[in-house]
Amino acid sequence: MREPLISVRDLRVQFHTYAGVVNALNGVSFDLYPGEVFGLVGETGCGKSVTGLALLQLIPPPGEIVGGQILYCGQDLRTLPPAQMRSLRGGKIAMVFQDPAAALNPVFTVGEQMEMVIRQHRRVSRRDARRQAAEMLRAVGMPDPLRILNAYPHELSGGMQQRVMIAIALSSGAEVLVADEPTTALDVTIQAQILDLLVSLKKERGIAILLITHNLGVVAETCDRVGVLYAGSVMEMGPTTAIFREMKHPYTQGLLAAIPHAERRGRFLSAIPGSVPSGLQIPPGCPFHPRCAFAWDECRNEIPSLLPVDEGHWVACHLYGRGRR
Amino acid sequence: MNALLQARQLTKHFSLGGGWWHRRLTVRALEWVDLDIYPGETLGVVGESGCGKTTLGRCLIRLIEPTFGEVFFRGENLLKLDRATLRQRRREFQMVFQNPYLSLDPRMNVLDLVEEPLRAHTDLRGRALADRVTELLERVGLAREHLYRYPHEFSGGQLQRIAIARALALNPVFVVLDEPTSALDVSVQAQILNLLKELQVELGLTYLFISHDLSVVQYISDRIAVMYLGRIVELGTAEQIFSNARHPYTQALLSSTPLPDPQARRSRIILPGDVPSPLNPPPGCSFHPRCFQALPVCATDEPRLIDVGDNHFVACHRVR
Repeated sequence: MREPLISVRDLRVQFHTYAGVVNALNGVSFDLYPGEVFGLVGETGCGKSVTGLALLQLIPPPGEIVGGQILYCGQDLRTLPPAQMRSLRGGKIAMVFQDPAAALNPVFTVGEQMEMVIRQHRRVSRRDARRQAAEMLRAVGMPDPLRILNAYPHELSGGMQQRVMIAIALSSGAEVLVADEPTTALDVTIQAQILDLLVSLKKERGIAILLITHNLGVVAETCDRVGVLYAGSVMEMGPTTAIFREMKHPYTQGLLAAIPHAERRGRFLSAIPGSVPSGLQIPPGCPFHPRCAFAWDECRNEIPSLLPVDEGHWVACHLYGRGRR
Repeated sequence: MNALLQARQLTKHFSLGGGWWHRRLTVRALEWVDLDIYPGETLGVVGESGCGKTTLGRCLIRLIEPTFGEVFFRGENLLKLDRATLRQRRREFQMVFQNPYLSLDPRMNVLDLVEEPLRAHTDLRGRALADRVTELLERVGLAREHLYRYPHEFSGGQLQRIAIARALALNPVFVVLDEPTSALDVSVQAQILNLLKELQVELGLTYLFISHDLSVVQYISDRIAVMYLGRIVELGTAEQIFSNARHPYTQALLSSTPLPDPQARRSRIILPGDVPSPLNPPPGCSFHPRCFQALPVCATDEPRLIDVGDNHFVACHRVR
């Protein structure tokens, strides 16, 4: 059995706002193995970005991790001293954000920003750092690395900026890459380029990628395993083919049935009634029960636990609870 | 069948810069677009950012003035109408915008928002006006109890329903839907697409559906126009575009759209480079620098949109 690189166990995150306590994550658990792309999908506000930020201990106040563990190489990142966490963050565990234009500093050239990150993590001369930066840019498929090093972010297109972000993230030998909606701000033809790049990085360097996205098409094409998140809880988790072919949870079924599609032309789409609950008022029991067509009393009162239904395929739904499948 | 709306050589250039220090720059947002829209159909417009799809939608209903060209609405040239007549005609074409958080005034409640077009264009007042607003709200799936609430109290999907009610208030015949579901989650997007479909059947509406999402456009459209750098490069029925795309750009666009099916392995055409800037479009066919099938002629001559059979139009030198 492979050893997971990162194990998240029962992660709980709350945001303390004037309106009350927002429960962003309510006990999320998953493993991330080396050389795989694990997708986290879900709708707005389901907690997928918060999960990514929690991995890097970057939850902004008034948010707070209130429970659970994030294990990396047997260490709980929550109890790691800040100095050690700083060397991991951007070193072994790196992140790529949705909007590269906002993530890059507009007043420094790409080369300066890359050198800064490299020299933060390794004791190398500026010249060596620059050489490494150029190599990294070539590795992410930049045609003319030396010119790009001297360019400011605004001189690059969105796709190029995102490649620079990935190059920066990987420049210190990252083992884990958290990619939060890395292609959402890009056009489809550019999105295809970036997704190809991520998959090749996984294959060639054996990096583990946590791909956070709302786009089920992106998940189907790039992920090895998927976790479906709803209102801060994992509803279903398993190999990508199992999730798309033998989805068990009514929410996953509803989500997939709602995608417009050639074969659904001329017919109405099966929409999920209602909308996503706010983190301020998560329904008791199963968080999906108010929108679920199969809900009964148990669903309203008891939170379903994530139970296996097949090899590596887990579902949190009373329909598949003890002895019912 | 007679077209409801016809665009001829529609062109829009935006001027940038100018003044003492800067050279004047021209953004060629829309170049020489010919398009017919038939009553009762949904014409989808797809393309990447900056391809001119929003500009096309706005020029067609004269929300912005085209630089050149003509638009005929039921045979009448919209661009020649004086203000008063144009105002009369505006009742017949409406628009729904992408982001309902921005398109609805946060200081107006639902009643004010939906009655605004009715107050501006009709004599309805008092009881009759309130009744019409309630009727519209119920039609889009909201209730009387929502009348006195403000936009911040609603979710994105509900706001888009309000925007649709506003657009339908004057019984238009033609509605421009500019990325109406792009700001919404999939489960809510399905609700709005269903609503738009129902309304179309019930009220006999004609839609121009602008989107960057091919699966949405494929689902909702009867015919589809594919745009690249301000031009239509391919135009045909949804069937023709999706099963028999002839333009290399359309083929690449289709193959780069991720499908929600992990076993659908297909050869992906990865286009090199980025979309060129409309400030400085390449000569000849504007797609040739990224095209995987470019011929020498593509760099010099601009291909014209020609009919390759059954009203399937393609602008490509490879297709004859």
